[in-house]
Amino acid sequence: MTGSASPRTLFDKVWDAHVVVQREDGQCLLWIDRHFLHEGSFHAFDKLKARGTELARPDLTFGIEDHYVPTRERDLDRIDPAIRGMIVQLRDNAGRHRLRLFGLDDPGQGIVHVVGPEQGLTLPGLTMVCGDSHTATHGAFGALAFGIGASEVAHVLMTQTLWQKRPKRLRITVDGALAPGIAAKDIALSIIAAIGADGAAGHAIEYAGSAIRALSMEGRLTLCNLSIEAGGRCGMVAPDETTLAYLRGRPYAPRDAAFDRAAADWLALASDGDAIFDREIALDAGRIAPTVTWGTSPEDALPITMSVPDPERAGDEGRAAHIREALAYMGLRPGQRLEDVTIDRVFIGSCTNSRIEDLRAAAAILAGRKARVPGLVSPGSAQVKRQAEEEGLDRIFTEAGLDWVAAGCSMCVGMNGDLVPPGERCASTTNRNFRGRQGPGSRTHLMSPAMAAAAAVTGRLTDMRPLMQGRG
Amino acid sequence: MQAFTRLSGRACPLPLTGVDTDQLIPARFMKRSRAEGYGGYLLHDLRFDAAGQPLPGFALNRPERQGAEVLVSRRNFGSGSSREAAVYALVDYGFRCVVAPSFGDIFAANAVNNGLLPAQVSDEDGEALLAALAEGARDIVVDLAEQRIILGNLSCGFAIDPVWRTKLLHGWDDIDLTLSHVQAIADFVAADRERRPWAQPGRPEGA
Ligand code: SF4
Repeated sequence: MTGSASPRTLFDKVWDAHVVVQREDGQCLLWIDRHFLHEGSFHAFDKLKARGTELARPDLTFGIEDHYVPTRERDLDRIDPAIRGMIVQLRDNAGRHRLRLFGLDDPGQGIVHVVGPEQGLTLPGLTMVCGDSHTATHGAFGALAFGIGASEVAHVLMTQTLWQKRPKRLRITVDGALAPGIAAKDIALSIIAAIGADGAAGHAIEYAGSAIRALSMEGRLTLCNLSIEAGGRCGMVAPDETTLAYLRGRPYAPRDAAFDRAAADWLALASDGDAIFDREIALDAGRIAPTVTWGTSPEDALPITMSVPDPERAGDEGRAAHIREALAYMGLRPGQRLEDVTIDRVFIGSCTNSRIEDLRAAAAILAGRKARVPGLVSPGSAQVKRQAEEEGLDRIFTEAGLDWVAAGCSMCVGMNGDLVPPGERCASTTNRNFRGRQGPGSRTHLMSPAMAAAAAVTGRLTDMRPLMQGRG
Repeated sequence: MQAFTRLSGRACPLPLTGVDTDQLIPARFMKRSRAEGYGGYLLHDLRFDAAGQPLPGFALNRPERQGAEVLVSRRNFGSGSSREAAVYALVDYGFRCVVAPSFGDIFAANAVNNGLLPAQVSDEDGEALLAALAEGARDIVVDLAEQRIILGNLSCGFAIDPVWRTKLLHGWDDIDLTLSHVQAIADFVAADRERRPWAQPGRPEGA
């Protein structure tokens, strides 16, 4: 703590508590409380090896098999040798450095950003890093969590610290009540469309307001997950009773008296009433509609009731060029109604939308209906999978004609071989509609789980609200 | 790490907005070891057709842009995933500087850690540079000490975080600096244990 009496934001409080050294130029050496690794972390381990160094704190380092794991065939001997190699490489490194690994067959396995919260490894007030840009997800608990590159991963492995410059602070306040069926995904896509995919660059975001406080932990995780798609360094929500209720009894969380002591500290992290933010943005929750993307950047998002934009009407040449390129890639025409866009496939999963609440929202639309297109539902973790099966959600998906598979990053990035074929259009609950993200030539439309389910039912981009009539 | 002071070389335009790291290196190439070199995968799916043949219209494939060391692009360059492989692809191809109006934060940090300069220009200067390149300009000077870019008759400043500037000018590596603070780290850990006993991961029941 700095001991200064001036009002501070949530971000400032967490940051200040982790400063080991502050240089004259403002650069801070931060202590890191949790470090997650995945199969892609091999570059960092190679750097460690080149220096002949050991891991500084294996007890704060956790490995998770998620990016490359197959979701249909879990027997390593029967999968693509190149993919097997990635998994075995992580196992070797985890074994050599004696760190806890959530492997393919572990009951706690899943996508890193689903597993951390679920296991109680994610806690308010922690600094958390991972060589993955969606590490911002964990900020839903009031942790300072951000993605880093391989050189930084190596630095954390060797020292459990990281040099960082203090980002600016941006508060996004969403007040009011969301209309029925509107999800955190719709809030996030609306924010990104409003401020741009680089709108929050260089900023730590705090999400505030009555609509955010009303969100479940699952919703907050989705929202913070997408902070990086607005360019934000991280996204945070102040811990409250919802946070505490989620954390109680999680395997790695404090227990009993230790929990109560921690809870008091956590609740004190909330931004002081008169704390100053470098920037403020406000949104009216009541105006947020079901949102989909039409282009190749998450900022290319519109309410489902709208039409594909016209490059000739763009504000500047850069934007016009982007719209032209995006429409050519996506195979869309200016002025085409979004609801007239037919799809070839759906994907429900990824660290954005694969938690139990997401699966329930999709199942509520799909129950008793058939999907017109093929699709894949991949729960975010083995634990989510078990819970969904106990609730019978798996049967709703399979009876609708969708494939119910095991947990992993899967079709979000296609590293495990779950790909959208070239030219195909996928309604997807993921976070990136970049060219080729789901496979070479793939076309991605981002949306909420309920919207992806509705698209499955009709075979085109669809406003899910009419399909929700009389359902949960 | 190689220091960056003043570079006089060839520039290549890439007039696209939001060149994300999935474009810079598609995920399917990331299983390979760095020792194999990542330059061949840079912008792979924009550079090559489905049969792996170079697309003649693409800037990087044009004869007059061969050997380019400076890439000039539009806003939000390097957005997306934290994959440092995106920087490896640029560096292994031969780029030492990317000029754009804005960068993904993680990409920019990764770039600096590999001696690649992310030079941030205003939208107007960025468009002016792209226009000059479209008209055939080729030779560019990027002076980090002066924070200035010169292309033909054009001369414009660029922004870079002062900490990153120093690091690039000297070719510094963070790790050596950190190791000089081991005592401060040990002191922090001892005090922190008292202050935040809950920060240590608990022991799951049955483990
Ligand atoms: S699900 Fe997608 S975005 Fe999330 S960690 Fe995996 S690859 Fe990254």
